[in-house]
Amino acid sequence: MKALEIKDLKKTFHSNFLFKKYRVLKGINLNVEKGEIYGFLGPNGAGKTTTIKCILGLLFPDQGEILIDGQPAAAVASRCRIGFLPENPYFYDYLSARELLFFSASLFNLTAAEVRDRVAALIHQVGLSGHQDLKLRKFSKGMIQRLGLAQALIHNPDFLILDEPFSGLDPIGRKDLRTIILSLREQGKTIFFSSHILQDMEMMVDRVGIILNGSMRREGKLSELISRSTQYYEIICSHIAEKELAKIQANFACRDGQYSITLASDSDINQVVESIIHNNGRIVAVNQVKMTLEDIFFNEMGPSRPATTGPHRPATTGDSR
Amino acid sequence: MKMKIKAIAVNTFKESARNKMFYLLVFFGILFALSSKLISFLTLGDAIKVLKDTGLAAINFFCVLIAIFTGINLVYKEIEKKTVFNILSKPVSRDQFIIGKFLGLALTMLTALAAMAGIFFLFVALSGGGFDLKIILYFFMLFLELLVIVAISLLFSSFTTPILSFIFTVSLYLIGHIMWTFNEFKLILRVPFWKYFTQALYYLLPNLDKFNIKNEVVMNTALNPWTIFFSVLYALAYILALLAVTILIFRKRDFQ
Repeated sequence: MKALEIKDLKKTFHSNFLFKKYRVLKGINLNVEKGEIYGFLGPNGAGKTTTIKCILGLLFPDQGEILIDGQPAAAVASRCRIGFLPENPYFYDYLSARELLFFSASLFNLTAAEVRDRVAALIHQVGLSGHQDLKLRKFSKGMIQRLGLAQALIHNPDFLILDEPFSGLDPIGRKDLRTIILSLREQGKTIFFSSHILQDMEMMVDRVGIILNGSMRREGKLSELISRSTQYYEIICSHIAEKELAKIQANFACRDGQYSITLASDSDINQVVESIIHNNGRIVAVNQVKMTLEDIFFNEMGPSRPATTGPHRPATTGDSR
Repeated sequence: MKMKIKAIAVNTFKESARNKMFYLLVFFGILFALSSKLISFLTLGDAIKVLKDTGLAAINFFCVLIAIFTGINLVYKEIEKKTVFNILSKPVSRDQFIIGKFLGLALTMLTALAAMAGIFFLFVALSGGGFDLKIILYFFMLFLELLVIVAISLLFSSFTTPILSFIFTVSLYLIGHIMWTFNEFKLILRVPFWKYFTQALYYLLPNLDKFNIKNEVVMNTALNPWTIFFSVLYALAYILALLAVTILIFRKRDFQ
């Protein structure tokens, strides 16, 4: 059973002047299975938030169908099962955290006892104990983000939609949020979150969809997308003279007294390793370097992509001098 | 459904009630109403009449100010600061949101008016005016007028900026108190189109003078109960029509 199904979603915005049209979504197709964490990945302006707003009924699509648990998303009742954390959330700053959670709870059909229990449990879960009676105007961005997650969870929803949940969080906040999201998956909840922060995606998601310029470029299990292709092989060695190494393999780089040799295929690995050992060199590691989510993402972006400068990628041109 | 509307209404009331500007306007309303005692010392004639006349005018002015400022800001702020996302992403319909906002504003106006009216009522009584029940009727009619103004400002704030909402609402408020002139036009105008046009405006725009019974209260003259009854019906019908239009606009609105 699918938690979310989007078919051929299209949305156009109109400029106030000159009636210019902007096609923001150009036929999005997307499926989220129950119980999974789905990462909705795309650069700023790709159409992530617009898609989310269409799911929640904040925007009306020009065309397409959105189903939540098989029911049309436009129905108010379908939002009973959804918890939503908006991007850079802003809440009524004249309320305290506790008041905001009580207000959020009052918009669902919960009993007074349920509300009390949920509010107390969530304040503890998101790490706001001791701050529950502080007015929100005194909250930091990280605290607001935690509170945003708490209000999204107030009715114990099956399906969570988080729009850029990691933006503005410090490393501790990000780790805490990751832990909470993973524990929610353990509880069987479905989580759909958008982000342009690749590391967070790679650490958590089961499946990923990449959106660029309003179109879905790729969708699939993260493990399949990443393991589908090995980029190159890397041999790291030491205790060998550069002259000798240059005779064995022209393409290498020197870093911290160690040499990194890059091979396009695995056919030459044995021969190169044997030659290094034969020249009294020491093999430190042999790595199979696979595509990361970042590589996949930038490949999809095509020629307009920025230069890849990831720390995992060794220099592959040989001369170290 | 009722609980959701109530929750939104209570939250709207909290927002107004926790705004310093609200207290400031209520304070000045009371201050100006009480300072009418000074004016009554400086004028010839019935001091109580002068006290009522200027005091009621002061309360009227500050209540209208509160109605316009809170009305034009609240919905716009919800959209501008995106707090509306947190409400409409929950199982709350747009109709419930607008009705909740209106009821919250109505509660705000009732509180402001009750604070000013209660103090002024006692002040008149202590100044020798006795417990004039007509003053209570005046405040009831003023409350109806304030509800119409709140509904107008809510309508404008659902699709335009606070500045434009302010201009439109104030314009309608001023026009609403000279509606009788539109009725006079049919005697002056000779071109049938303009005759019908001004008549259409006469019936379409809010006739706020229907709620003004200050002369009867100050001069202590008789009030026709049927006039009051039809004014109440008029207010209810007008508010329902305004809310219906606001809801229709809000239902179709995209929140970018």
